[in-house]
Amino acid sequence: MEAQAIYTLWLRDIKWFVRDRVRVLVTFVQPFMWLGLIGFGMSGMFPGGKTNFAGMRIDFLDFMGTGILGMTLLFSGTFAGIAVLWDKQFGFMKEILVSPVSRLSVMIGKVLGGATVAILQGLLILCAAAAMGVTLPEPTRIPLTIGFMIVIAVAFVSVGLAFASRLSDPQAFPLVMNFFIMPLFFLSGALFTLDTAPGWLQALAYFNPMTYGIDGLRFAILGGSLFPVWLDFGALLAFAVVAVLLGGYLFRKMTI
Amino acid sequence: MTENLTRKFNELVAVDHVNLEIKRGELFGLLGPNGAGKTTLINMLCTILPPTEGSAKIWGHDVVKEPDDVRRSIGVVFQDPTLDDRLTGRENLDFHARMYGMPKEVRRQRADELLELVGLERQGDDLVRTYSGGMRRRLEIARGLMHHPKVLFLDEPTLGLDPQTRRAIWDYIQKLNRKEDITILLTTHYMEEADYLCDRVGIIDGGKIIALDRPSKLKARLKGDIVTLEVPNPERLVGTLRESELVNRIEVVNGFLHVGVRDGESAIPKLVRLLERKGEKVQSVGLRRPTLEDVFISYTGRRIREEGEAGAKERMRLRMRARRR
Ligand SMILES: Nc1ncnc2c1ncn2[C@@H]1O[C@H](COP(=O)(O)OP(=O)(O)O)[C@@H](O)[C@H]1O
Ligand SMILES: [Mg+2]
Repeated sequence: MEAQAIYTLWLRDIKWFVRDRVRVLVTFVQPFMWLGLIGFGMSGMFPGGKTNFAGMRIDFLDFMGTGILGMTLLFSGTFAGIAVLWDKQFGFMKEILVSPVSRLSVMIGKVLGGATVAILQGLLILCAAAAMGVTLPEPTRIPLTIGFMIVIAVAFVSVGLAFASRLSDPQAFPLVMNFFIMPLFFLSGALFTLDTAPGWLQALAYFNPMTYGIDGLRFAILGGSLFPVWLDFGALLAFAVVAVLLGGYLFRKMTI
Repeated sequence: MTENLTRKFNELVAVDHVNLEIKRGELFGLLGPNGAGKTTLINMLCTILPPTEGSAKIWGHDVVKEPDDVRRSIGVVFQDPTLDDRLTGRENLDFHARMYGMPKEVRRQRADELLELVGLERQGDDLVRTYSGGMRRRLEIARGLMHHPKVLFLDEPTLGLDPQTRRAIWDYIQKLNRKEDITILLTTHYMEEADYLCDRVGIIDGGKIIALDRPSKLKARLKGDIVTLEVPNPERLVGTLRESELVNRIEVVNGFLHVGVRDGESAIPKLVRLLERKGEKVQSVGLRRPTLEDVFISYTGRRIREEGEAGAKERMRLRMRARRR
């Protein structure tokens, strides 16, 4: 019965996403904007549009492409929390909480639903980026790519839910999230290579879970990374576990 | 079902040592003005708000110690809307049924049955967004029934609906209570609703139950009819009239004199003559049988719905609700 409830909550999130054509469209168009404006704009600053990364010379667009994939997972993951706030606002959360389904299952259903949507958006981004000539992962690397996507999505959806269970105003949510998420994004090496960044910035980046997420994605897609892949995956997984536990704890204590 | 149930919000005692016992199969009404504590009481009974003190049992299960068992045996229609308007009516029912672990065949059949019961069989596959207020309410009632609850809580089921829809919902509620054999606890601040629908009514004010009985018995306690008199200076006459043996009770409500008498028809000419002998001018006279409103007034000295403040608040809330959509 709990499994059915988890599936039901998941299905609802998917229905919301699929029916929200605007969101699907925006997701698809976003990389064109990012890669088009920033990618092409900045690649002019690099000789031959190439950059150094982890001892390789790679296309700056490829470098940016993975960064934007990570960004999508980070942002759409954390913003899954806003659905919970709308549910509180429109009362649907009461319908969920008065059912005999345990809070834990509700949390799991929301995490899986939010993560699936974030991953779908990530895949859309990959397709759009490929249409602009960005390299896709080799077929044998796809499972690893998806693996990193899943862990990143699950971790940050949990972060979003943790925030959502403490807040009540859906309008305040984006402000609060941007305040926390923007630094994670900019300090993650998504836009520039950390190995050539100043030391203090590198030091900060070591404490940023997203650093390992982006680095792992680069390993999977581009074949090179700053850290060993086991470290990327391990650090990210550890963060995900903490986020899920924290999110679950706060979600249990949530009042409406 | 409840014992000394209390809920405080900081210093405010929203529900104050309530003792209630509702019988199986009963249609019980909680009648009280805005802010009386009805919603708070319902929230405690359906396990989403912990009591500060006291306890409550539903179908033998304690709301604090066995919330899962309680939730399985109840259906709730909250005061404020709780539908997902991006799903269709049928999807809302289906979501609910899945959360209660109902198998697919049963879900479909039950949804068909209930959509028909609430007259939404043709709109079942439309998005709830496109529904009117009355349709949404009916869908919520249907949803509350999907999993065959033993007890159904209805918090102000007809708040803000037009009279026609209200009638229709009353009919559904009665049908449910009789045909599906469901125990129903409904709250309302419409006295006609409590009077028309309920087997027994508890009148609640300031978090306390101040009277509890069958509606006919409650009204009979007032003995006789109510004559309302419009006079220039009602307060001054209270003392004079109270001495008359015609008068059982007397109150000033919103500038009118409400006079309780045994037999209204014969009392009116006598009252008018009495007042004219005192040199008072009677501007208008009305006669009515007592309502639950009069019962409420007789206990509290206030009307259930004060026009003005409370009415404005309610309209405001409805407007806010409409805007949020
Ligand atoms: N979450 C809350 N926090 C503080 N006060 C509350 C809360 N909910 C209700 N109250 C107060 O408790 C009292 C009873 O409210 P409520 O149960 O909603 O009344 P009713 O449903 O009869 O209109 C009111 O004075 C209300 O302001
Ligand atoms: Mg209420």
